[in-house]
Amino acid sequence: MANTYANAPQMKFKFGRVALYLILIFVGILALLPFVWMVLSSFKSFGDFINIEFSSVPSALKSFWPWPPFGTSPPEFGNYPEAIRRIDLSSTYKTLTGIPLLARQFFNTFLVAAVSVTGVLITSALAAYAFAMLEFPGKKILFVAVLAALMIPEELVLVPRVIMMYEPLSGEALASQDFIISLIPRTGWQNTYAALTIPFMASAFAIFLLRQYFMQIPKDLFDAARIDGAGHMRYLAQMMMPLAKPAFMTVGLLTFIGAWNEFKWTQLVTRDLPMRTLSVSLQNFLQTDGGAEGQLAMAVAVMIVLPIVILYLFTQQYFVEGVAKSGVK
Amino acid sequence: MTTLHAKTPDKPRPRSGLSKGAKEALMAYGFLSPALIILIGFTLIPVIIGFVISLSNFRVIFREWIGFDNYTRALQPDSELWPSLGATITYSLISVPLQLSLALGLALVLYQKLKGRAFFRVVMFLPYITSTVASAAVWARMFSPDLGLINAVIRAFGGVGPKWLLENKGIFTLMSQSMNLNLPDWLTGPSLAMTAVIIYTTWVFVGYDTTIFLGGLGNIPNEMYEAARIDGANAWQILKDITIPLLSPTTFFLSLVTIIGTFKAFNHIWVMTRGDNGTMTAALLTYKQMYEFQRAGYASALAFLLFTLILGVTIFQQWYGNRHTNY
Repeated sequence: MANTYANAPQMKFKFGRVALYLILIFVGILALLPFVWMVLSSFKSFGDFINIEFSSVPSALKSFWPWPPFGTSPPEFGNYPEAIRRIDLSSTYKTLTGIPLLARQFFNTFLVAAVSVTGVLITSALAAYAFAMLEFPGKKILFVAVLAALMIPEELVLVPRVIMMYEPLSGEALASQDFIISLIPRTGWQNTYAALTIPFMASAFAIFLLRQYFMQIPKDLFDAARIDGAGHMRYLAQMMMPLAKPAFMTVGLLTFIGAWNEFKWTQLVTRDLPMRTLSVSLQNFLQTDGGAEGQLAMAVAVMIVLPIVILYLFTQQYFVEGVAKSGVK
Repeated sequence: MTTLHAKTPDKPRPRSGLSKGAKEALMAYGFLSPALIILIGFTLIPVIIGFVISLSNFRVIFREWIGFDNYTRALQPDSELWPSLGATITYSLISVPLQLSLALGLALVLYQKLKGRAFFRVVMFLPYITSTVASAAVWARMFSPDLGLINAVIRAFGGVGPKWLLENKGIFTLMSQSMNLNLPDWLTGPSLAMTAVIIYTTWVFVGYDTTIFLGGLGNIPNEMYEAARIDGANAWQILKDITIPLLSPTTFFLSLVTIIGTFKAFNHIWVMTRGDNGTMTAALLTYKQMYEFQRAGYASALAFLLFTLILGVTIFQQWYGNRHTNY
């Protein structure tokens, strides 16, 4: 190849460019196609949803777009209320409160994500500041504890964490319990918001990242602030946090998305449907009506994905930069 | 913060007797305690609790101490752990090189001065940030044998679409069947369901890997390329002798992260197959023991065995990486 084009540099130039653009367009379509398919499907009637036929160009266009001008069906906006109604059938929540179950699960998801982000940012900023700026006995060993927590995968502690959410033993049950087992702290947080938030309100990764950021800020700045009468708390809030804004944004956004998409833990520690989050709700729905009528499941999927996509589009530079930096170390 | 100055002077100051160093230490412990209480309470202590539980028969309630029986049971020759490790390793060995080579190629394309590349970076990253439960549900639909998008395309070209997520047979077996060949039993390849999961995984993570590769490419000094060009190196030689060797720390980091990721992968496999048809990886097996059978002791033992394996892989990679990457 190289030899063929060596005599015609200009042609090589054009050919190369076009090929690169074609690759990019192809990859872009592959990346977006499932999202486009999901959104289009969520507006199709059941008949149009299952009728996919690519044997000719018109029928292929109609498979994607069964509405005018390619097809004759009207858009099915009713899938969204219908999905909400079907999910309501799975519990008595709607009849008892008048609130759709999915709305409650939306609220749960948002609450858990917002509390986790706030918690992680506050606890990590304070801890990272202590590690970066303060001197105290035991600094090394405590930092080793953070590094150890950083290296422990969530999977390893999933089961013991679940047991720590069990109801505390009392009276006779406690007395008859094996001594070592009775030492395991039980919080009774199962099926509560506490179980979904408190264990995730600190992050070893966030402490580590913010500490790196804080250590890059010159100490002279602190001495200057000190002369102006600022204490540590004020210096952290008014100087360090604004300076480390990109790191805070990255940590906050990654925590938000992690919490929004969380599935495993929530499925294990929530029992009642009104305590569950959107991901668990969708998984349950796929096992029931959503499995048979995919267009309804697609409507639920759109509702889960849309808030995150909007958030991402407004903040994408923090993601891309944050992730690129995490790789460079 | 202004309240600090509004303090009345006659208010007692409890810490006034402490030295400056002691004050700073007290403040540090105050700053550290919220994060450390949570990390120690919900990450470090549970490791110990998990190990203790793995030595017991614990199903919803504690029954008895059984020593290492959970471990020996998991390591029996006919244990379900072995096929699940096989599935995990298959998943890892195929999806990691596939992801990384595609991502490297894309990063090299996106590193060119092309119009609209910022837009492509944003688009490619989209699968990584969306809920894996939601996107796996969409893909499971696209892989549906009769009603799915993918088989509709195959049918349009005159082919017969396979059963994808519902197919337990290996891909080599399926290929040889269509050519009327008989393959030996050991050469079945990953099940078609696993192949579908790998396709999905690639779709999710290529954008992330590409972004990290782009960060690594940005770190290679321009002078290196210029020097090579002056020496008359062609594009292939530059790629082979400059870009790839100088990118090796990034490649090393990414391969570590993606291998660990495949060992921990859960949500999308659970949604797509629930572990059926050759996709029951060790992570799914562990979860299933806890979620479906409430076997806390056995699940803990499996988690420890899996963690040991991940740790072993990590240590091996560190050792290998230190010998073979160019820093």
